[in-house]
Amino acid sequence: MHPFLPNLPKKKEMLKYIGKDMNDLYDRVKEFIVDIDLPEPLSEMEVLRKLDGILEKNKELRLFCGGGVYKSYVPAVVDEIVSRSEFYTSYTPYQPEISQGLLQSLFEYQSMIAELLGMEVANSSMYDWGTSIAEAMLMASRVTRRRRVLLPENISPERRAVVETYISGKLKIDEYSYSRETGQANIEEISEKIGEDVAALYVENPTFLGPIEERVEEIGEIVHKAGALYVVGVDLLSLGLLRSPGDYGADIAVGEGQPLGNHMNFGGPLLGVFACRGDMKLIRNMPGRLIGMTESKSGVRGFVMTLQTREQHIRRERATSNICSNEALCALATAVYLSLIGPKGLKRIGERILSNSIYLRRKINRELGLDSPIFNSKHFRDFTVKYPVEVSKINELLLERGIQGGIDLEAIGLNRVSLLSVSETHNKEDLDFFLSSLREVLEAI
Amino acid sequence: MFRQARWQYDKEKIEPLIFELSEEGKIGHIIPEVEKEIKDEIGNPEDEIPPNLRRKDLPELPQVTEVEVVRHYTRLSQMNYGVDLGIYPLGSCTMKYNPKISEKISRDRRVQEVHPLQDERTVQGSLRIMYEFEEFLCKLTGMDAFTLQPSAGAHGEFTGLLIIRKYLKEERGESRKEVIIPDTAHGTNPASAAMAGYKVIVIPSDEEGCVDIEALKEVVSKETAALMLTNPNTLGVFEKNVREISEIVHEVGGLMYYDGANLNAIIGKARPGDMGFDVVHLNLHKTFSTPHGGGGPGSGPIGVKYFLEEYLPVPRIRYDEKEKRYFLDYSSKKTIGKVRTFYGNFSVILKAYVYVLLMGRYLKEVAELSVINSNYLMKKLLESGEYEVKFKSVMHEFVATPKNWRAMDVAKSLLDKGVHAPTVYFPLLVKEAMMVEPTETEPKYELDRFYDAMTSVEKDSPRNTSIDRLDEVKAARNPILSWRMYLEKSGTSG
Repeated sequence: MHPFLPNLPKKKEMLKYIGKDMNDLYDRVKEFIVDIDLPEPLSEMEVLRKLDGILEKNKELRLFCGGGVYKSYVPAVVDEIVSRSEFYTSYTPYQPEISQGLLQSLFEYQSMIAELLGMEVANSSMYDWGTSIAEAMLMASRVTRRRRVLLPENISPERRAVVETYISGKLKIDEYSYSRETGQANIEEISEKIGEDVAALYVENPTFLGPIEERVEEIGEIVHKAGALYVVGVDLLSLGLLRSPGDYGADIAVGEGQPLGNHMNFGGPLLGVFACRGDMKLIRNMPGRLIGMTESKSGVRGFVMTLQTREQHIRRERATSNICSNEALCALATAVYLSLIGPKGLKRIGERILSNSIYLRRKINRELGLDSPIFNSKHFRDFTVKYPVEVSKINELLLERGIQGGIDLEAIGLNRVSLLSVSETHNKEDLDFFLSSLREVLEAI
Repeated sequence: MFRQARWQYDKEKIEPLIFELSEEGKIGHIIPEVEKEIKDEIGNPEDEIPPNLRRKDLPELPQVTEVEVVRHYTRLSQMNYGVDLGIYPLGSCTMKYNPKISEKISRDRRVQEVHPLQDERTVQGSLRIMYEFEEFLCKLTGMDAFTLQPSAGAHGEFTGLLIIRKYLKEERGESRKEVIIPDTAHGTNPASAAMAGYKVIVIPSDEEGCVDIEALKEVVSKETAALMLTNPNTLGVFEKNVREISEIVHEVGGLMYYDGANLNAIIGKARPGDMGFDVVHLNLHKTFSTPHGGGGPGSGPIGVKYFLEEYLPVPRIRYDEKEKRYFLDYSSKKTIGKVRTFYGNFSVILKAYVYVLLMGRYLKEVAELSVINSNYLMKKLLESGEYEVKFKSVMHEFVATPKNWRAMDVAKSLLDKGVHAPTVYFPLLVKEAMMVEPTETEPKYELDRFYDAMTSVEKDSPRNTSIDRLDEVKAARNPILSWRMYLEKSGTSG
């Protein structure tokens, strides 16, 4: 007997009705039947104990690293709602009349994301920020029929790697550099490199290295003048304080939705946010599912998946993307999250992140005498610090104190530079603990 | 008798949109203010925002209280159907029961509160789970190496095809241009092939519902990069000539790709690795019981034969015997790179890992019972005289055609009886197709209930769902995709 196999005791009876035995049913497979050595099943009690032993080797640290995934506070309501099994045990709402709950929730998600980003339309999710950028590049190429894209040199290496894999062999990637002094994009270089063959230019704001990209409006104008699409990636929790990408000319806006109501989960699942302007030419070229409003026969408002002729199950090899399963439950979490915090909460989260960031970097600079941030610019959340020794050495000693230090930027040519990060969950005590620990570490080396 | 909850607000709408509940000044969750000592130290934080980039008007997110948010989404959940309510027999989607212990473990702080960039020594638990799960998948499928990075089945397909493309280029200097796909394949197969830069060659099925061998022989050539095959296919029929198919494809230097959507039929009993496949993807949200989440997150691991291993995405997860430590290995020179950020949908992988512990040798029973349930239902429906099944040698799913109704009308009538409809109008080669996959976790009486619903079709359905039949044409003709678009189109925005 097994708790998930209700018909196990009825096997014989059912086979008798079918009029076949097991060998008949597997007749076509028979030459491949092998004896796979499988273990005895464990009971729930045993599984719990085993997993407890394994998970003991995971440590919850005081986090000062980011890179797109952030420890953000998840309100209890969010966990409660996404744990409702009417939601999590459903699938893509192919039968809308019996799936209104999810469809309406996803419509609300799309609406809130659009609102946040200053766009008209958001899809109901991609896998993560990285794949959102990649799909934006492919979409831009479909719209413009051009095959070159411009990426910032200071894009997150993790995200860049995804874009490269996705578009390799299809589009050519060119790069524009940033000022080593300010961390800002070199606009002159953008003007030089952009041309009639460029499908899209991508910019991150704030940049991966922390500075707020100040001339985003100007960059957008250059991009549009060349007839290319302007794609902007943002830290969504900065949007209570910073202008929305739609407001400064973005055609497509992307970002990582994880910090909006989702746990970090060792980096997955994440939530790829993807939105665009309300131009039908753009919308028809969007990847992913879209939920639209409609009416029932009796005139009641309802929601359905729409514009499906873009999608793989209808359009097959001519689809705008191959995506089918997406991150719907994470999108639901984000809709609940944004409903809870509202516009004022969003602003306050932004203020907390920004204030924590300023406090930490200022103290590192003034009290510990380190260069931080190394770029002469305004920053939002993440910021750089230059250590007197290798970052790995500092992080090793911080780890002994229960702290995960920042990202080591050596791989992108910034030796002894660490990218530190804060969230709204840090309080003064956490920040002071980091400071006193770093002081100890600096004295010890 | 079934009645889905219907929270009717007024004549025009059921539950309002959360935006319509919004009132200035309400708040659903308190974010603490910036601490006073921090404020004193730094002054006004907004000075740090460049003046030209300061947001003037806050985004118009809803303003509602916690109790309203909870009620709103709880009501919406009641207007949604899931596996926990009853049978959900979407063909090739394997909507099986999602064990609750997996959910419970996935909510452990040591799972949720772990950052992907933490020092490897502090994530040994997560790495061990991924490492052991990869090993288990190798054993179960007969492949030599796995990656857990892809986030969904289609993502896995794309990854697998990029691996094939790079292998052919680097090992043989070839740029083959074509991928062959049977006409019964899921839409993701041709879409993934196109995304990987391939031309799609569709081949017809024979009278048994299997790959037409003669047609295959005609299209294979030096341009064939791969054949993508779902086995059993979407008709529920096992391609018994799979060995011959593999030989034909391998003969011209092409590779064999296994779409694992229907692995459930043979799990624990037979292995794609023994059938000549070089690359396989699995769907943890199908075969391995992790919840579908209303569309995702899923997970689509890829397994390959040894000669393709170096092409897998990075990082790989390895175990250092000497140090007794798991680690992330980025050293592969031939890797296709990364197909997403970080390492995969970890919490989904964890649930699948828990599932295989819970099932053990019963995985074989999973396969057999999924096949018994499907054949039981098919026989009953055939005996009713109301349905035809063109391809009858089926395993875990079958495709039926109603004799007296349209498939869509049957589907909507099912909803009225508290039964989710099968996949309709797919695969395309069967007219009025209804693709039924009951899965092994449905009790016999639930199958009987499904049968009753399938044989007592009513007109003008649905009536017992939260809303009556929706106008999908209108939605597409006049797209309203956000609250903002709604306000603009209804002329109520300023």
